[in-house]
Amino acid sequence: MNRSPYISNAPTVSTIMFKVLLALVPGIAAYAYVYGAGIVVSLVLATSTALITEAALLKLRQRPIQPYLMDLSAVVTAWLLALSLPALAPWWVVVVGTFFAIVIAKQLYGGLGYNPFNPAMVGYAVLLISFPLIMTKWPAPLSLVAQPLSWSEQLSFIFQQTLPASMTVDAISSATPLDYLKTQLMLNKNVPSISQAPIFGHFGGQGQEIVTTAYLLGGLYLLQQRIISWHLPTAFLLALSGMAGAFYLMDPSHYANPAFHIVSGASLLCAFFIITDPVSGPTTPKGKLYFAAGVGVLTYLIRVYGGYPDGVAFSVLIMNMCVPLIDALTQPRVFGHEK
Amino acid sequence: MNAILNLASRLLPGLGRHDDVYAFNGGVHPPEHKAESNTRPIAKLNTPKILVLPLRQHVGHLPKVLVKVGDRVLKGQLLAEAEGTVSAAIHAPTSGTVAAIDEQVIPHPSGLPDTCITLSCDGLDEWTPLQSINWRLSDKKTLVDSLRLSGIVGLGGATFPSHIKLRSNTQAPIHTLIINAAECEPYITCDDMLMRERADEIVAGIEIVKHLLGVETCLIGIEDNKPAAGEAMKASCQKGQALVKVVPTLYPSGDARRLIHLLLDLEIPSDKRSTDLGVQVFNVATVLAIHRYFAFGEPSISRIVTVTGNVASPQNFEVLFGTPLADLIAAAGGAQDDTSHFIMGGPMMGFDLPSSQVPITKAANCIIAAKPDLFPAPPPAMPCIRCSRCAEACPVNLQPQELYWFAKSDNFEKARDYKLFDCIECGCCSYVCPSTIPLVQYYRYAKSEIIAADKAKEAADLARERNDFRLARIEREKLERAQKHAERSAANKTEASAQADTAKTTPSATPTDSAVSDKQAAIAAAIARAKAQKLANGSATAEPAVSKPAASKADTQATPADKQALITAAIERAKAAKLAAAQAGLAPKNTENISPSVQAQIKQTDAIREKARKLSESDTSDPDKG
Repeated sequence: MNRSPYISNAPTVSTIMFKVLLALVPGIAAYAYVYGAGIVVSLVLATSTALITEAALLKLRQRPIQPYLMDLSAVVTAWLLALSLPALAPWWVVVVGTFFAIVIAKQLYGGLGYNPFNPAMVGYAVLLISFPLIMTKWPAPLSLVAQPLSWSEQLSFIFQQTLPASMTVDAISSATPLDYLKTQLMLNKNVPSISQAPIFGHFGGQGQEIVTTAYLLGGLYLLQQRIISWHLPTAFLLALSGMAGAFYLMDPSHYANPAFHIVSGASLLCAFFIITDPVSGPTTPKGKLYFAAGVGVLTYLIRVYGGYPDGVAFSVLIMNMCVPLIDALTQPRVFGHEK
Repeated sequence: MNAILNLASRLLPGLGRHDDVYAFNGGVHPPEHKAESNTRPIAKLNTPKILVLPLRQHVGHLPKVLVKVGDRVLKGQLLAEAEGTVSAAIHAPTSGTVAAIDEQVIPHPSGLPDTCITLSCDGLDEWTPLQSINWRLSDKKTLVDSLRLSGIVGLGGATFPSHIKLRSNTQAPIHTLIINAAECEPYITCDDMLMRERADEIVAGIEIVKHLLGVETCLIGIEDNKPAAGEAMKASCQKGQALVKVVPTLYPSGDARRLIHLLLDLEIPSDKRSTDLGVQVFNVATVLAIHRYFAFGEPSISRIVTVTGNVASPQNFEVLFGTPLADLIAAAGGAQDDTSHFIMGGPMMGFDLPSSQVPITKAANCIIAAKPDLFPAPPPAMPCIRCSRCAEACPVNLQPQELYWFAKSDNFEKARDYKLFDCIECGCCSYVCPSTIPLVQYYRYAKSEIIAADKAKEAADLARERNDFRLARIEREKLERAQKHAERSAANKTEASAQADTAKTTPSATPTDSAVSDKQAAIAAAIARAKAQKLANGSATAEPAVSKPAASKADTQATPADKQALITAAIERAKAAKLAAAQAGLAPKNTENISPSVQAQIKQTDAIREKARKLSESDTSDPDKG
């Protein structure tokens, strides 16, 4: 009978997810430019796996398939996971990661809106723990490869792990700057000399500046569209650069400067696309600040002291666990009530 | 860009200010749709043939009907008088005959019928003699009492009887009067048109209300989408009767607490009324009605109603209360063919009317003819993705997504903890929800469930207290009975001993007599034993006697402290009873549940049996005797 309000003005979930995908496009383009078009194969693989597993699980759970596939949330998860993986990762790595993200982390918890953990990061963490070697073998920036792989060679590498006779895996892959920095520091080298290595660009890895700028553009678009709130990226970037800055000031020869940490790894992808997942994140404005700052601090600590090259996935998952607590402790003051 | 501005406005609170007013959190700005109905002047609707006047047109008690079927009534005549403190009178909007007093469908979200007075209009429109009141020369209390007869209620939609809001309150004197002219809901323009056309009368009303409240300061809050109305009000306030304040167009600025915050930067605490902080709020149409009552003696018999939406010519009408909706729709050129139903109120907080025959009441500020294109049914709700747009839009700063979660899982205690009852049901959360979840419906559901549960709990508590009291009473009566019995037994004993004396002093007593007196002596002994037992128990009766007043008090007041006292008393009583039983020592076991009088009877019977046994023994031992 009474169903007011009769009017509504909200983008649908599909629209929101579509805009997130749109915002990822510059990042993908930059990624393909720097590391090669192999990423497109990963994206297609991840997207198809996500849609198929999502549809299958919806059917098993006796939910309507069409509206839930159309919300595009599975595609967003797939793209974020694919972008976190090394561009030339074997096809089955992408499939296994996406399967875990969609089936285990999302659908088994009740589907969209019910997953306590960021599905893409669960997929990534599973892969990182299970196949650490593959996950740390990143393609070298094309600018550093003497003879880049052709399109068909990339495909055959992804699907059959075969390379042209003259080539070795080492010729086309390299450690990421974060990884390289970590291993070189263990050899008692100092940061200024390490960053003279060819894989380093002006701030971070060779070509990373381009990818980072592209993600930033996408992120600003999402902010402008009010898809994401400013709290999350701001707090994350401030916390990460704050940590990096403090350590850098203590010992510039042993700790990389903040700009390196902002540009390296998945920092910007994390700031604008990963921690901004509303479902697994906090809802209060203050909570968003604490959550994102927590991810920033943990990311830095894992990068510097942890056993893995990048700390984004674990930081996000750890902070996901804290979300109920953060939300409960950061309830804003209700109008007309004392705090 | 918005986000950056948003950030900037948070960092620099002065930035977003609008004409020295303040801002509240959240709010939404739906398409206004006011232009459709505010281009034509207010038209007076012809008197219909039949008027149906629901008794329930205001917040509070139903008024008492003063007329009966068949009575001829004049325009303005009192049909039902206010009963109880919070109540409002109902008058005849025109002259005619009372045709029926029965249940009819009324415009209410429940869609349920309620008692209505049906007036068959005679078309003469003959006024009852009216008397104006010179408010400047009269005593304030007399004026407010007289206003009780006017039937005026808040015409903004809240329909709270106005005379109550004007009673003097010495504890918290009013210092500021706010005139609510925000009219923040889309489509509605009745206040807008009223201000444009009758600003002088509104200001005259403001002067009366200021006088009655004894305030100097009056602010008129108008949204900036009504510049003509704002200018008209400013022009009428030349003498400084009130200050017109333009507030940004942002729904729900017309909510009283929002408007007070906007104009005064004053946050009314959740558990207080604005009057506790010295602020009283009146709607523009209400102060105009007050003016007309004092100036001309006219009671509340009509109001301005916006008719808009899917009608041929949307317009504002001055409508007599009780006018069938269909007449009003016809006056607006009729509803288009694809009209699906009618909505009363605005699109944010209004409700579907059950039929086109419902009468216009004091609450009816707007009627919208709806069609599917205009208000499409929302798509099926998707899961909440916790995007917190609702929290950003909530003017009360609630967390709608959490409240939704708790309401959906029937976790009502949590919903209450998260301040569900501060929700004003403005609909901003639903308006911005990407998953099109009918959030407000969930909150209404949770509120009604909590209220029902509270009522049930109250009833159960009352029942339990009543039962405790009943048990205490039974116990008390039992003891009283036992007491009486004991007294009677004592009296009997005296009598018996007197008889025994008589027997001794009478030598002519036969053996039979002596046997009888023997028996009587045995009985007396048994009674004495019973009495001793009773006395032992008697020490325990002191406690229940004390607990008695506590129990009766608990029944009437039902405070937790009293309940505690009652429980303590019951425990004490049980302890005392056990103690008494232990003290009795020789008393048989498991007799706590047997009343002393019954115990006495048992003992008596035992004594007789014993005597009989002895007699029979002596008989058998001496056979020669028989």
